[in-house]
Amino acid sequence: MTDGPGMTSRLNDGRDPVPFEEWDRPRGEWLLSGECRRPGDRSLLLEMTTRAVFPTVLVFSLYLLLVGHYGPGGGFSAGLVAGLAFVLRYIAGGNADFGAVVSPRAPVVIGSGLAVALVTGLVPAAFGAPVLSTTKLAADVPLFGPVELQTSLFLDVGVYLLIVGVVLDLLRALGDGIERDMDDAGEAL
Amino acid sequence: MITINVVMALTVGVLYGVGFTLLLSRSLMRVLIGVVVLGHGTNLLLQLAGGPPGRPPIVGTAPPESFADPLPQALALTAIVITFALTTFLLALGYRAFVLVGHDEVQDDVEDRRIARQKVPSAPLESGDGSDDAEQDLERADDEVEAEAARGRDRS
Amino acid sequence: MTTVLTLPVLLPMLGAAVTVVGSRSAALQRVVGIVVLTAVAVLAAVLLVAADERGPVVAELGGWAAPVGIALVADRLSALLLLVSTLVTLAVLVYAIDQRIADYGRGTASTTFHPMYLMLCAGVSLAYLTGDLFTLFVAFELMLTASYVLITRRTGASRIPAGMTYVTVSLLSSLLFLTAIALVYAATGTVNLADLAERIGTLPGGVQSVLGLMLLVVFGIKAAIVPLHFWLPDSYPNAPGPVAALFAGLLTKVSFYALLRTETLLFSRDKPWTLLLVLAVATMLVGALGALVQNDLNRLLSFLLVSHIGFMLFGLAVFDAAALSGAALYAAHHITVLATLFLVSGLITRRTGTVSLDEMGGLARSSPGLAVLFAIPAMTLAGIPPTAGFVAKLALLQAGAAAGLGPQVVAGVVILASLLTLYALVRVWVRVFWGKPRPPRPDEDPTDEVLVGTARTSMPMYAATAGLVAVSLAIAVFAGPLTVLTGRAGVDLIDRTPYVDAVLGAQEGR
Repeated sequence: MTDGPGMTSRLNDGRDPVPFEEWDRPRGEWLLSGECRRPGDRSLLLEMTTRAVFPTVLVFSLYLLLVGHYGPGGGFSAGLVAGLAFVLRYIAGGNADFGAVVSPRAPVVIGSGLAVALVTGLVPAAFGAPVLSTTKLAADVPLFGPVELQTSLFLDVGVYLLIVGVVLDLLRALGDGIERDMDDAGEAL
Repeated sequence: MITINVVMALTVGVLYGVGFTLLLSRSLMRVLIGVVVLGHGTNLLLQLAGGPPGRPPIVGTAPPESFADPLPQALALTAIVITFALTTFLLALGYRAFVLVGHDEVQDDVEDRRIARQKVPSAPLESGDGSDDAEQDLERADDEVEAEAARGRDRS
Repeated sequence: MTTVLTLPVLLPMLGAAVTVVGSRSAALQRVVGIVVLTAVAVLAAVLLVAADERGPVVAELGGWAAPVGIALVADRLSALLLLVSTLVTLAVLVYAIDQRIADYGRGTASTTFHPMYLMLCAGVSLAYLTGDLFTLFVAFELMLTASYVLITRRTGASRIPAGMTYVTVSLLSSLLFLTAIALVYAATGTVNLADLAERIGTLPGGVQSVLGLMLLVVFGIKAAIVPLHFWLPDSYPNAPGPVAALFAGLLTKVSFYALLRTETLLFSRDKPWTLLLVLAVATMLVGALGALVQNDLNRLLSFLLVSHIGFMLFGLAVFDAAALSGAALYAAHHITVLATLFLVSGLITRRTGTVSLDEMGGLARSSPGLAVLFAIPAMTLAGIPPTAGFVAKLALLQAGAAAGLGPQVVAGVVILASLLTLYALVRVWVRVFWGKPRPPRPDEDPTDEVLVGTARTSMPMYAATAGLVAVSLAIAVFAGPLTVLTGRAGVDLIDRTPYVDAVLGAQEGR
């Protein structure tokens, strides 16, 4: 029997047999990709904390985004909070995990955020109002009762996306990029 | 006109002093820290420009005369965002300089180097291609450039 | 009309957003860039006509009335400069697109170049149109941040220190600007320019002087006024051809516009401003003399750029309607001619493979078209009749001659600086276009964008340059109507009431 392609990949995926030096390496995939450049650098505590905190922080950032018109919050701070969640993820999981969890390209996020904000600014002109003016939309949603919506929320959504995109781009350029450069140069981090 | 308290005035003064001192250094990392400190000083000044502290300026929560001026806060927020963006840019630039050049120091002024390099202070400005060759590639070592200049003088 | 006023700012930003999202499609980026800038040029022309016929056009963002909200204002001066600037950015974009095709092939998209270019255009538009000191700061930051990226992207090891100098100096001036805004707000409680025009006059003289001088220093750094010019000849020559042309054409002139706007609107004077006259003399002479000893073509042009900032300063320093009109005309002419010269310099360096004048020669024979493209803007910059430069200089000289002894002396310096400019450019001509033709030098460092791709030039690059030459010729041909237009702009600048009334009275007019 010859080694088929399937055979090779099963042998090469590095799971069995476990090398002696890595017998205590965590098997469970606490973060999405479950792998990192230097297994010795992993911290189980940080990974587990991140796993618990990451979605919570994202939800909290959405709360800040929505509440921004009436209380402390808004697109910028919400975007930064969400960005911090990604920073935590990057610190815990390294760039391999980061690449797995963040699939959209940062420029696309930045561009669409900017576009959303600008279109929000331009839409009032179509109704004869000054550019960038806002209005309150009220509706009776069945289960929720009366819901009020400031149109400036869409501007905030744009800013939110923009900031998240910028943080992702920063992590890619300054975090991931520098790490790759250092690996290329053969330096230890 | 608004009067500000002395402690705040001193704080702003110290922040400006530290910021400008750091800006004068050669390493881009120090310049970066200088920009950040100077940015803090400027934002504090913007805040102080709005007058004494007061209640949050939200209608209905306090009498209007006790409100803090919201405009400088909005200006300072915008300035903070801009400083944040530029800080990250400077970080990236400093890193790039470090990777490409090996250090992140601001270069000498080109004219200064040319003047420093001139052996004879009264050398004519249009002395042919010899002395002008020196400026083509300022990254070359000085002795190399001088050797070339000597060659140029021999030619002419 | 109020919506039209916001579009020159919002359209390039939207274009930037689209080019970022579509950063994998080079064709999309090119089309969006050219379409957006063409649209902005048309809008600027519409605004110019409207502002000339019916007085300043005002838009209040979000419907908030002027002293509280942010107002955009287009009067004759800002609309004229916006139109000229947009024509320049359009031509430079065509040139840049074609250079990118020549260097990297047709399919190469970039995530930074097009978005940053359009963001810079948005910043320039906002700087011209804003009626608010703080928004002016934001506009400058938008413009400068984009320029930081453009000047440092794809740079090799030898050019990155130059970018660092540029960024550091610009950051310093921005922080000083913010400080000045804080002081202005502390003194008056407003940042709206029209509102400030009314309130600053009531302040004590000393406070007025401090604020005026701070703004002079801030815009003096950004506009490269001697002795604050040192960063410019170190940084611009290190940018790739089209980027250098864009910077040379726009950035210093936008700063000069901001200086002109703030000093005329906020601090009215009734006699020439001696300090600025001295600075104008220093700027003209230091720039022109610096240009004489340069061997690097781009550095030489950078010094000439500095020198001619002095001409505009002279117009502002004389401080009467005729001189301000001359300064406005000179700014419009200067934007086109400097951008053209830097584009031509880009073409020359790409043909010869060097920026050193000593290593060039005989281009008049090998590429006569290039010689013509250089000769026309060179004569325009030197101010030889009947070019646009002559018309603008004549307007400045006439205004200076009528304004008393000090300005008359400086007018003499203007003529001297023009002759020095002519000498510097003739020196370029003799060294580059006459003499023995030399073979192009091979490209030593293919990553270095200033010299990349020796001898690779293409037809649209010449066409874009020729288009700018045509704009500059058009300024000469339509000198009559343009002089009348800038004359009215100058009267408005001295009078101040049309601007203030349009901004502060807008809420009743609607």
